[in-house]
Amino acid sequence: MALAASMFKGLIGLLRIRRVGSGLLRLIRSRPPLSVIIAGIVTAIVILCASFAPQIAPTNPLDLASFNLLDSELPPRWAEGGDPRFWLGTDNQGRDMLSAILYGARVSLMIGGGAVLLAALIGVSLGLIAGYVGGRVDAAIMRLGDVILSFPTILLALLVAGLARAVVPEAASPRMAPLILIAAITIHEWVQYARTVRAATMVESAKDYIKAARVIGFSPARIMFRHILPNVMGPVLVLATINLAGAVLTEATLSFLGVGMPPTYPSLGTLIRIGNEFVFSGIWWIALFPALTLVIMVLAVNVLGDDLRDRFNPKLRGRR
Amino acid sequence: MFGQSGLKPRQCVRAAGLAASLGAGLLLASAIGASATTLRWSSQGDIATMDPYAHTESFTSNMHHHIYDPLVRRGRDLQIQPGLATAWRIVEPNRWRFTLRQGVKFHNGNGFTADDVVASITRLLHPDARARGNLSNVERAEKVDDFTVDFVLKGAYPLLLNDLSGIFIMNKAWLEANNAVTPGNTTRNLTTFASTNANGTGPFKLESYQPDNRTVMTVNQAWWDKAEHNITRIEFRPIKSDATRVAALLSGEIDMMAPAPLQDLARISGADGFKVIEEPSLRLIFLGLNSREQLLGDPGKPNPMKDKRVRQALWHAIDLSTIQSRIMRGKSRTVGTMVAPPIPGYSADLDKPLAFDAARTKALLTEAGYPNGFKTRLDCSNDRYIADEQTCVAIAAMWTRAGIQVELKTQSRATYFPLVDKGETDVYILGWATLPPMDGYSVLSALLHSREGTFGGNNPNGLSDPRLDDLTKKASTELDEPKRRALMTEALRIVREEAYFIPLHQQPVAWAMKRNVDVPVFADEYVRLWFAQVK
Amino acid sequence: MIRVLLARLFQAALVMLAVTAVAFIMFRYVGDPVSVMAREDATQAEKAEMRVALGLDQPVIVQFGKFALRVVQGDLGISFRNQRQVAGLIAERLPATLELVFVATLISLGLGIPLGVVSALNPHGWLSKLIQSVSLVGISTPTFVTGIMLILIFAVTLKILPSFGRGDVVQLGWWSTGLLTGSGLRSLILPAVTLSLYQLTLIMRLVRSEMIDVLSSDFIRYARARGLPSHYINYRLALKNALMPVITVTGLQIGSLIAFAIVTETVFQWPGMGLLFIQAVSFVDLPVMAAYLLFVGFLFVAINMAVDVVYALVDPRLRTGP
Repeated sequence: MALAASMFKGLIGLLRIRRVGSGLLRLIRSRPPLSVIIAGIVTAIVILCASFAPQIAPTNPLDLASFNLLDSELPPRWAEGGDPRFWLGTDNQGRDMLSAILYGARVSLMIGGGAVLLAALIGVSLGLIAGYVGGRVDAAIMRLGDVILSFPTILLALLVAGLARAVVPEAASPRMAPLILIAAITIHEWVQYARTVRAATMVESAKDYIKAARVIGFSPARIMFRHILPNVMGPVLVLATINLAGAVLTEATLSFLGVGMPPTYPSLGTLIRIGNEFVFSGIWWIALFPALTLVIMVLAVNVLGDDLRDRFNPKLRGRR
Repeated sequence: MFGQSGLKPRQCVRAAGLAASLGAGLLLASAIGASATTLRWSSQGDIATMDPYAHTESFTSNMHHHIYDPLVRRGRDLQIQPGLATAWRIVEPNRWRFTLRQGVKFHNGNGFTADDVVASITRLLHPDARARGNLSNVERAEKVDDFTVDFVLKGAYPLLLNDLSGIFIMNKAWLEANNAVTPGNTTRNLTTFASTNANGTGPFKLESYQPDNRTVMTVNQAWWDKAEHNITRIEFRPIKSDATRVAALLSGEIDMMAPAPLQDLARISGADGFKVIEEPSLRLIFLGLNSREQLLGDPGKPNPMKDKRVRQALWHAIDLSTIQSRIMRGKSRTVGTMVAPPIPGYSADLDKPLAFDAARTKALLTEAGYPNGFKTRLDCSNDRYIADEQTCVAIAAMWTRAGIQVELKTQSRATYFPLVDKGETDVYILGWATLPPMDGYSVLSALLHSREGTFGGNNPNGLSDPRLDDLTKKASTELDEPKRRALMTEALRIVREEAYFIPLHQQPVAWAMKRNVDVPVFADEYVRLWFAQVK
Repeated sequence: MIRVLLARLFQAALVMLAVTAVAFIMFRYVGDPVSVMAREDATQAEKAEMRVALGLDQPVIVQFGKFALRVVQGDLGISFRNQRQVAGLIAERLPATLELVFVATLISLGLGIPLGVVSALNPHGWLSKLIQSVSLVGISTPTFVTGIMLILIFAVTLKILPSFGRGDVVQLGWWSTGLLTGSGLRSLILPAVTLSLYQLTLIMRLVRSEMIDVLSSDFIRYARARGLPSHYINYRLALKNALMPVITVTGLQIGSLIAFAIVTETVFQWPGMGLLFIQAVSFVDLPVMAAYLLFVGFLFVAINMAVDVVYALVDPRLRTGP
């Protein structure tokens, strides 16, 4: 929840930065297209729903005592045989689908957001160091990044999640699984931040005010974090938004493949995995609603991310 | 169920055999002619290896049975009947003499003799062979003459035939020619010709083997037995996902699937041109319990499950009939004991589960000093038994409602079974079909006896009851059948009384196929396509 | 140029060394190889003997050296799961995956370029907006959802395309191809379309932005001023110039596509390397996992090298030195 809130703040913060950014005033005044407004509203709703799932959801799907096997596989409320207690029907255990989806979206966002935050933290720090210190440190970090980028996200994530299960017996438990998923996604994603920040840092370092700061004798840490960092945060936030969509998809894929969240603590991907076994049996709602939620959520974030990127990159302006 | 295909089919077999021999000439001509009949079928797993001694999986054994023959085999009624051996007798308690069938040819044309049996048994008992535990009571095989072989045992042992029904005979000359006399071994970085090729005496020949894709077998026209099937070619294609497998059947890409997912049975049998056949399996599913001093789920405290009342409370807290009706879709049978009705040692008196009774659970827990429950883990596979993950989630929910804090973990069989084997579980799900011997003794020796020597191989959690140890040892050498059965029943009675295990249900075997395909279903879950008819 | 190439070669070797090290660590330290390989009832003496047989008693650096040497010779060990040479297993699965990736690439180029051109020529038209929206939905839908939907529609409901597997294959030497049989081709359609969607979007967007770039450049403006016909300007001049980066990206993407095929192959039970890998993951078959990692790493390095060499040959600015 705190995470979702902070991401929301991040987005607002991003807008504030733009407002201050003088050269981009014109852009802000131009009204964003309708699709972006809708995407923004949808994103806000999804984040709010996920954040307040415990308050909104009719039941707590994580509490095993809250559902009854006797209610299993009820269709959505409006369909024939639906039960007024369950708006979107129930799954094969009698779990309320609506609650499961609200909590599932929360888990997906928590893992996706967690991975993005961790990747940004590591990437920005390493990028700053590489760009500011340069030399061998820079080369080492960037070569490491090259090696990692040699492998696609999904492969590395599968490898980490799969190996974790072989090494740590606890890996499949509800407590450990999210941490392992976050690590599995982060291991690939930090490189992009590092590259972006390194490039920006190199540009900034060459500027007079940084030179001045050095002459004054400010510590490298202070220069990096107090002076350079604020100036490179814009691209980082854009990158984070775009990557959030990707991270949520990667988590869903891992859970679908069975190396993600366990069935007692389901993310949207786990719900789709469970529902997939029933798609051809006429029990369509178990897979359909989580899949729809996932697609709508990712789509909204992608639309926002696209828009932000276009606005940030003047070269691409007006291309949409 | 089992009884249905009891004695009558045996007569059918004879009748069919007669009919076949009468019209053999005609049939043979037409079979070779234009009417090539292919049966395409699918299962969720694949053949692990073609080497019969390099694995311990029942599905892989099942597939090998189409290509290789054992010395004795199971007939339509699942009773033991002659295979490559035609007769046998006990010469001394630890020496059995087998007379071999004459005129049998391997697929490559080599004749079958006693040398092949000796070479096969030697290869199976080689330290590198993964499957050598399947014949752990045999010391060696000795050739007497070309068609007589002696099996030398470590001691008196009533179940030799049962064990031999799962041991396939390979060809000595072929093994030697292909440098495969010893089995493949991962440690020595050794893989043999026999792990991808096969040369048996069975009803079908291996044409091609592509792991995870397709295995093709063609009929062996020179099989020593009269063929009761009319297929000329088998195409096996593994499909892991239930949904994809059902889609493949319904869209006509395969003719048969075994097993068929329970949730799709209604849809398949409702579809035009398809049918579903079912039979109770020999496989019973139960929960094993930690009998050591502490639970892993709550270390530092004495293990509540050492108290019989707590074990009974756990049993009373499970609503078996709802699991049966909802998760197993009415296809399973709730049970109270650890073996299925056809298995020696079974007793109907024991086959009654403790009633689902929340008040009784509460009372028992309070009596045992745990009025507010306790903490435990529940470990489950998610791809081994029918609806295993769903069953465990449901049980976790029921126990939670009874006030027990359950931490459920489900995982793939590859990581699950090593975990169980190391005893790193509190409560774990296990299915047991007493295969290949089909005898209650396999439960006693593997699950109930304390872990020592060859006993208790699947008793990793410290269950130890001197009465059970004693009964197991007595049953292992008892050659008088009624007495032997009584010993096993007594052991199962103690288990139920003490609630050492919590039996859940007897799995169904459910297969789906096109209407024009007739494949008999067997309680041991084996697919026997040498009985398949395609119209 | 030789210096550039040598530098790249050195870097490639470094990457491969790192990947080999990761594979070795996986192989050696993830779980105890002895406990994974030994039979359940193996005695301590047997286990100790195995330890020696595997060379696990030697110093780590020696073990790594031996491992690397074996890898260089193409000996990737034996699969725990089905006791076959891993190199052979991979060689057997390679054609299935490469054909899938090849057809998916054809689809994404064949559709992506025209769609990109259309939306570049009229960036504000309704068609362009529609293409944009659909492409966004495309990248927002997980591959496995797309795959299941396609199976549901074309295999289960309409029954016009196979739902799984490769169909009939023809053996050309060691290469098995599904491109020469009707059922092989039909089986390719759904998985290839599923796999192509992501790349299709990427190529379309790239073509669009490159085209817009080129169209607003000076030489196109001169061409217009000279009165050259617009189709000549759009297709001969602009598109030709926009295609170079498209080809590069397509090449670079092949590696990702092979990795992405893991999901597609799982959904369609496609017997390629991805299915091999995902099954290795669920069986904790370390030699296969390590080999797959090495193979994909090698492929990436090779593709990157090839692209660099082509660039060096084409771009005169990189031709420095003697």
